Amino acid sequence: MASTTDGFMMPLVAEEAAGFWEGTAAGELRMQACSSCGTLRFPPRPMCPRCRSTERHWQAVSSSATVWSFVVPHPPLLPAYQAVSPYAVAVVALDEDPRLRLVGNLLDTPDGGIGQVDPASVKIGEAVDAVFVTLHGDNGSQVTVPRWLRRHAS
Amino acid sequence: MTRSSVFRDATVIAGVASTPFAKHLEPSEAELACTAIVAACADAGIDPSEVDALCSYTMEETEEVEIARNIGCGDVTFFSQVGYGGGAGCGTVGHAAMAVATGQAEVAVAWRSRKRGSGPRPWTNTTSPLQTPAQWTRPFGLLRPVDEIAMLTRRYMHEYGATRDHLANVAMAVRRHANLNPAAIMHDRPMTREDYMSARWISEPLCLYDNCLETDGALACVVVAADRAPDLPHPAVYVHAFAQGLPPEHQTMVNYFCDDPLTGPAWACAKRLWANADFGPADVDVLQIYDAFSPLVLLSLEGYGFCKRGEAAGLTENGNLEFDRGKHPVNTSGGGLSEAYVHGFNLIVEGVRQMRGTSTAQVEGAETCLVTSGEGVPTSALLLRR
Ligand SMILES: [Zn+2]
Repeated sequence: MASTTDGFMMPLVAEEAAGFWEGTAAGELRMQACSSCGTLRFPPRPMCPRCRSTERHWQAVSSSATVWSFVVPHPPLLPAYQAVSPYAVAVVALDEDPRLRLVGNLLDTPDGGIGQVDPASVKIGEAVDAVFVTLHGDNGSQVTVPRWLRRHAS
Repeated sequence: MTRSSVFRDATVIAGVASTPFAKHLEPSEAELACTAIVAACADAGIDPSEVDALCSYTMEETEEVEIARNIGCGDVTFFSQVGYGGGAGCGTVGHAAMAVATGQAEVAVAWRSRKRGSGPRPWTNTTSPLQTPAQWTRPFGLLRPVDEIAMLTRRYMHEYGATRDHLANVAMAVRRHANLNPAAIMHDRPMTREDYMSARWISEPLCLYDNCLETDGALACVVVAADRAPDLPHPAVYVHAFAQGLPPEHQTMVNYFCDDPLTGPAWACAKRLWANADFGPADVDVLQIYDAFSPLVLLSLEGYGFCKRGEAAGLTENGNLEFDRGKHPVNTSGGGLSEAYVHGFNLIVEGVRQMRGTSTAQVEGAETCLVTSGEGVPTSALLLRR
């Protein structure tokens, strides 16, 4: 598994999810969509659980979301994460369809890191917008991940 | 005869056993497994050579072939492994009972052996590539099982107004039961509310005492046909009903990617379990609920129908979870939080002790027991009765 140059884990850019990561690299949030019934689904998978079609494409969605829940991990943690703990990690629900949820980190400014926000200031229901941050792997690889910029920074 | 009545009360748990529990035990997992299985056979008055079915967890490290060639089995004619970590526990006994009820075997053993106390934590393994769904969660610092369950917990508290006091009620009731059980890791360690509230955070909103122990130990149980009950040395404990549960669009441990994350596998499992039973939640005398984390007890009380959705916090109040003054006595040996964490198998063994009347926190006159396995993962449950 690749790590970033500063020791954080890198997502695996698996074939089924390639469109998601192409989207983030282009500064866009894309969800897998069923080409038959139109249902959006996440995480990606080969078949639509509603109509069983395997025809699928990637569709840009709104980058607005709200915080559905969050946790504040404390040690013991993997070293890079422990160094920035306690940090907030959230589940956000997309405005496009609140049943579409992603796990990610909150930011007060677009250039912040995982540990930037004061966890005590985070509220369930607060509005966030995706920003796109490129991670550099220690094996030379590169992945752009969404982070969630708080609309009303603390 | 309905299909579910083929299974109902067709088998009994004839024998149970466990090794001592400790932070570190010297013998290997294989040796502990075989020791527990042979002791469970002795408890049942059955020679290990009669064992012809072996059921355990996919995470169990000792394979059936190792068990069979150590305990001296003859021909083994049924073996199965149940997946999803702590969700598997009741499933292993359920598969054993199904094997006996359907004539695939005569003497079935289910077991779990684990050196989690002295071994590495699974989440520290960073060498294998992240598969779905971990690639969507772990890079962002949602690293450990406790982080994954804390996420559901905070949402639960937000939606229903549950507080840390309710989680403390669970942890303290279970600890009190462990204080009565000489085999429990926490036998000599009482816990006050102040102890709970001042404990260090592990993953807010969960603190140290919301987390299960890390334990070395092994447990086993022996299942035979109910017609052998009169010949057994202990009162027979009937396997009344069994179910497994995997709800729609579930993702293991990170059940955030479905329509309704707060109705997890317990709800799916409960529907089948009660459909196959002659009695309902109101008739259950004692509960052994999987408690790797204290909030799983709240989710499971709702999932298995002991209260309405969002009302489980109230069930933790006024000693309601305690063996001598509550309507819903929970985890009477101390559970995973305070007796031992062996992937929930100690809950099954304690359920049997309650039905035999031999628990160290015996619920007076208990005749029925619910045992559940992990919530937040594809799960399983058993209804036992005297
Ligand atoms: Zn479709």
